[in-house]
Amino acid sequence: MNNEEIKQQLSTKFGNAVSMFEEPYGLLTFTCETDSNLKVLNFMHDELGFHFLNDLTAIHYPEQKDKELAVVYLFQNIRTGQRVRMKVFVPISKPDVYTATGVYATANWLEREAYDFFGVNFVGHPNLIRIMNVEEMDYHPLRKEYALEDQSRTDKDDDMFGR
Amino acid sequence: MKQNIQLPEGSVGKQTTTLNLGPTHPATHGVFQNILEMDGERIVDAIPTVGFIHRAFEKIAERRAYYQITPLTDRLNYCSSPINNMGWHMTVEKLIGAELPKRVEYLRIIIMELARIADHLVCNSVIGVDTGAFTGFVYVFEFREKIYEIFEEICGSRLTTNIGRIGGFERNFTEIAFQKINQFLKDFPKAMKEFENLFNRNRIFMDRTMGVGGIDAERALNYGFTGPNLRATGIDYDVRVAHPYSGYQDLEFTVPIGTTGDVYDRFLVRNEEIWQSLSMIRQCLEKIKDHDPAIFHADIPAFYLPEKQDVYTKMEALIYHFKIIMGETEIPVGEVYHSVEGANGELGFYLISDGGRAPYRLHFRRPCFIYYQAYPEIIKGSMLSDAVVTMSSLNLIAGELDA
Repeated sequence: MNNEEIKQQLSTKFGNAVSMFEEPYGLLTFTCETDSNLKVLNFMHDELGFHFLNDLTAIHYPEQKDKELAVVYLFQNIRTGQRVRMKVFVPISKPDVYTATGVYATANWLEREAYDFFGVNFVGHPNLIRIMNVEEMDYHPLRKEYALEDQSRTDKDDDMFGR
Repeated sequence: MKQNIQLPEGSVGKQTTTLNLGPTHPATHGVFQNILEMDGERIVDAIPTVGFIHRAFEKIAERRAYYQITPLTDRLNYCSSPINNMGWHMTVEKLIGAELPKRVEYLRIIIMELARIADHLVCNSVIGVDTGAFTGFVYVFEFREKIYEIFEEICGSRLTTNIGRIGGFERNFTEIAFQKINQFLKDFPKAMKEFENLFNRNRIFMDRTMGVGGIDAERALNYGFTGPNLRATGIDYDVRVAHPYSGYQDLEFTVPIGTTGDVYDRFLVRNEEIWQSLSMIRQCLEKIKDHDPAIFHADIPAFYLPEKQDVYTKMEALIYHFKIIMGETEIPVGEVYHSVEGANGELGFYLISDGGRAPYRLHFRRPCFIYYQAYPEIIKGSMLSDAVVTMSSLNLIAGELDA
């Protein structure tokens, strides 16, 4: 099955819920409506044979109004080696996405990581708690508003720790 | 929210014991914590905790110029840093669309396969140590040292190598480097045979590892296993075959697979992969003879640092040197995912560039972070000592787990 056929199948099945098909560097990429992501995930897994979730992560685009957070899935068909990338955009004020843990066990920790760093709320996740950072942390550090420390600051003592 | 297993109300009737294995425990080889619920010697439940050495590489990478990210990748799977380094270089090369000369690709394969051998040696010999056989460890660690000497000859460092540059290598391989590689290829097979003789059909070792820590192919796939751990279950997924990179398509090699996915099969798959790696290195050494021995990098002056003496004498070299160091080179806007077959699984780099000097977002697909979540399921119902062997057979590297 090539990229064009997968695109056809997805469009016939889901209509307007899937859009923005492109192929950067040969990798079929599309955007899915927030509400239908679980249906598409199941379709990818059961019908199209993408049994393997390669990767799941989030991206923060602060300048996109109401689409600030993107959750990115990368599927792979283990038989043919074909990969497909799916994006789901959510507003940062209400970052709710249905969890993929029911379909792919891989998603469990990857979603916890996306929650930890970006604050994406995966609805239905069995154990959505922070994974890397301490539980007391009250912000999501990989969001763009948390800039890294200014490298030119001079108010810290460098004698012990070279800066 | 507390992660610890809470005692139920009126815990007098509690039959099981809570045991903290780790974070620093001699049997875990790294910073791993598992809160185990034990019924006698059997494990009822386990909760792994990760993140003890989290260093926020993905955040740091958002400020660093592309060439400065290589040292970060060193510290992912530090048992085979060169694979991580070259995976990152290839990701950037894919983004900028650079074509590499064949000789550079083969030299990269030589280095990556040496790194894979070193990593597998650590993992397999440590399985031996955890089952009580220290001798094999001593036999092969001498040769891991030899591999590190080869790295040292090529790039100057041993563990965190920072080897190569975007577009090739920082300098050509010396004659001594080739001598050392050839000497290694000559001496190592003997030690490896000895190692295999010690373990492969050893009754005690087999009893200790067969049927321990097994997972079936379907679960492994659902959990996102990759690398030797997936292949031990019988699925022949190898990134070098499925998505060939750096000239692996030109080489003849087989992908060893197991059947049961237990500790013993993982051990055997790794051993066989070492033999395959040796054969690949030999093939590459043969193949580079057809190419100009002076070539060690691609001709992409906008990304590859010029020779230092040229910087002092040539105008263009000075300009490019300045532009690269200051991060002023033209980087295309785009999204790219590139993965390499790391020593413990598929190591992926998801890079989003907005054309700036640093990546907009960089995500590492770390194989052991993904498959470690299956650990509680694998060890449920087994003995504590089996859990220790299972952990070392999964080839978990704390640096990669926590990124």
